[in-house]
Amino acid sequence: MRHVLGPFLVLLAGLLAWEILHLMVANSSLPSPLETFVEIGVLLRDPDFWKQAAQTGQAFAVAVVLSTLGGITLGILLGMKRLAGEVAEPILVNLYSLPKVTLYPVVLLIFGLGISARIAFGIMHGLIPLTLFTMNAILQLKPVYRRSAAVMGLTSWQTAMTVVLPAILPQVITGARLGVSLCLLGVLIGEMFAARNGLGYMVTHAMERGDMDTVLAVAVLIAALALAVNALLLSLDRSRRP
Amino acid sequence: MSVALAPKPQETAMADHHARLTGVTRVFGPRNGTGVHALGPVDLDLRRGEFFSVVGPSGCGKSTLLDVLAGLAKPTAGTAEFEGQPVDGVPAGVGVVFQEDASFPWLSVRDNVAFGLRRSGVDAAEIARRVDYAVGFMGLKAFENAFPAQLSGGMRQRVCIARTLVMQPRLILLDEPFGALDQQTRLLMGDELLRLWRETNATVLLITHALDEAAMLSDRVGVMSARPGLFIDVLDTGWPRDRDSRIVSHPRFGELTAHLWEKLRAESLKHMRGS
Amino acid sequence: MAASHPALNPATWIRLAVIAGAVAALEIACRMGWVPMTIVIPPSAMVGSLVELLLSGTYGRDIAVSFSNVALSAALAVVLGFAIGVILHALPPVRGAVEPLLASYYAVPTFMFYPVFIILFGVGSGAIIAIAVLLAIVAMITATLNGLDRIPPVLTKTARMFRMHPAERALKISLPAAMPYLFTGVKLSVAYAFIGVIASEFILSGAGIGYAIAYAYNNFNNRTMYGLMLLIVLAVTLINSALDVVDRRLQSRLRR
Repeated sequence: MRHVLGPFLVLLAGLLAWEILHLMVANSSLPSPLETFVEIGVLLRDPDFWKQAAQTGQAFAVAVVLSTLGGITLGILLGMKRLAGEVAEPILVNLYSLPKVTLYPVVLLIFGLGISARIAFGIMHGLIPLTLFTMNAILQLKPVYRRSAAVMGLTSWQTAMTVVLPAILPQVITGARLGVSLCLLGVLIGEMFAARNGLGYMVTHAMERGDMDTVLAVAVLIAALALAVNALLLSLDRSRRP
Repeated sequence: MSVALAPKPQETAMADHHARLTGVTRVFGPRNGTGVHALGPVDLDLRRGEFFSVVGPSGCGKSTLLDVLAGLAKPTAGTAEFEGQPVDGVPAGVGVVFQEDASFPWLSVRDNVAFGLRRSGVDAAEIARRVDYAVGFMGLKAFENAFPAQLSGGMRQRVCIARTLVMQPRLILLDEPFGALDQQTRLLMGDELLRLWRETNATVLLITHALDEAAMLSDRVGVMSARPGLFIDVLDTGWPRDRDSRIVSHPRFGELTAHLWEKLRAESLKHMRGS
Repeated sequence: MAASHPALNPATWIRLAVIAGAVAALEIACRMGWVPMTIVIPPSAMVGSLVELLLSGTYGRDIAVSFSNVALSAALAVVLGFAIGVILHALPPVRGAVEPLLASYYAVPTFMFYPVFIILFGVGSGAIIAIAVLLAIVAMITATLNGLDRIPPVLTKTARMFRMHPAERALKISLPAAMPYLFTGVKLSVAYAFIGVIASEFILSGAGIGYAIAYAYNNFNNRTMYGLMLLIVLAVTLINSALDVVDRRLQSRLRR
């Protein structure tokens, strides 16, 4: 319990700072924590909110599944052939640090303005971390593991299933945590830039109307959800370790 | 005796012992009985200019003993003295070579060796002279502009030794300095250490788990028990000053090692069984 | 920048060939009409467009605004992040309380809170820099903590053996020892600063390359849009390569 107290106090301090900011800002244009909390309650009872959330959720779910499967597969392929991995890594790393927002218009030109564009945004963000982490996990796999498996007479398939997969799983999960967060970010930013529905669009639209209550309520909700998912993946990660 | 490295004679009152530990105990953690009693009580008189080794099973507190003597740790009870003065922080005139590689990866070999001197206000010409000598003495001349990452483990330890050497210490403490090296390198480094000891006339305290190393290099060997470490025996090897690793063929070497193992075997078993 | 050429091994050649091949394929596909010009323009046209807009200086101000924002954000994130990292490292209980939050920081799409910054800083560089700094700073804090953690204890013992004062030890031993890890933080901060600045310029109206790209897109001006995109891709690649060269030199000193 004690190691929850510290972060909890820090969060409390954060809420306090927020309240102070609210009081300092002119015209109360920045909603207070309480007002935001109330607005969250309103939102959760609003069917329109759930419609938008479903939009985002759909795009996010598809993007996550495709990024994860694609990233792991690509990572394994690149990891198995050392040369391919060496060739690909700097390209991937460079793509990773590129502000992908820069390429959004291209995606929109290719996919149009529908949900597939936002799924593409999500994949753009999430694919690379998963690929890189999986690839590195395979490259760093100690040769002695495969040699031991060979000595024990395992087939390639058995080796892959019982030795390689468990060995790379921790790094893959770490990559997945990052990839999932980035998928969400990609989908949301896509909605903020060019969409007519979804939670990202809700934020931008509310911003333009000057409806800061909604803006903060949605942002805080999304943040809370993202933290929850991350915590879930973390505990999944930890539960597997001794 | 080399002029470059010989320490200056001390004017202060010289006791027979160069350094001394009296009743030194070290307990880690709470002292109400639940802490870890790592060491002691230990008494040790180091004679000026002698080569003294401490052997013992892992975890018996040998490193702690060195830390207390070097002023890197305060004893829970007992006193540590160097040249008649109580030890408070690392005393001037004491050099330490650690087990892990302590060379600074961001400095060249030469800059590493010169590091301590540059802070101590010695003038540049003197620094150059001493560094040249130490680098040459430790066989690092060809590598003096290389960086530690380019050197082997043994070479890096030589850099650390050179760095200590250059400060002209009167007491040199070594904490399992060759532990990370392979056997052959260790034997050769042992010879280097003896050469160093003779050149500098310093007092040397070597912590090691290797019986053969202790038996071969030292004037006296202190045998420590399993934790909490106590001296259960102190042997006199009787070797002449100009020895090197070839004394392994001398019968006395075999006797010494056998004797040491006889004392240590029971203690090592205790450690292995985790008592 | 000191010359420290990476070995031009087979992988590098293959990589260059792959990239050249991809570009060539795109060029052919566009010229042959397999890919409509309304979606992608040929790479040669992209280069042409880039040269044009650089020479014409129409976007000079936007380019200056973006790069100065990135530089300022990165610098702030590095300095503040380092300072916070040092403080946290020196206060273990505070660090223990804050660290779990830092670890989950990048799970949260902080960008969603951009309106808050507009309220606090108004529409303009202030808000953009604030967002970018907030995005980058945690990477630097984490890198600082990591670097300070990884200083081998034997080096701290060596500092005590030399009887160094804390300040001297921090400057002569801790800083150089942690530098490779600190520099990783610098690299990440620059990358995040770029992302934060350009993304903000996209969403918020105003100035900067991000805004210019969005504007070009909304006005169906593909040629300008792709020219600007190419500019960003080249700039990011160049900066990354430069930082990588320094990083490699620092890392090579570490190999133990």
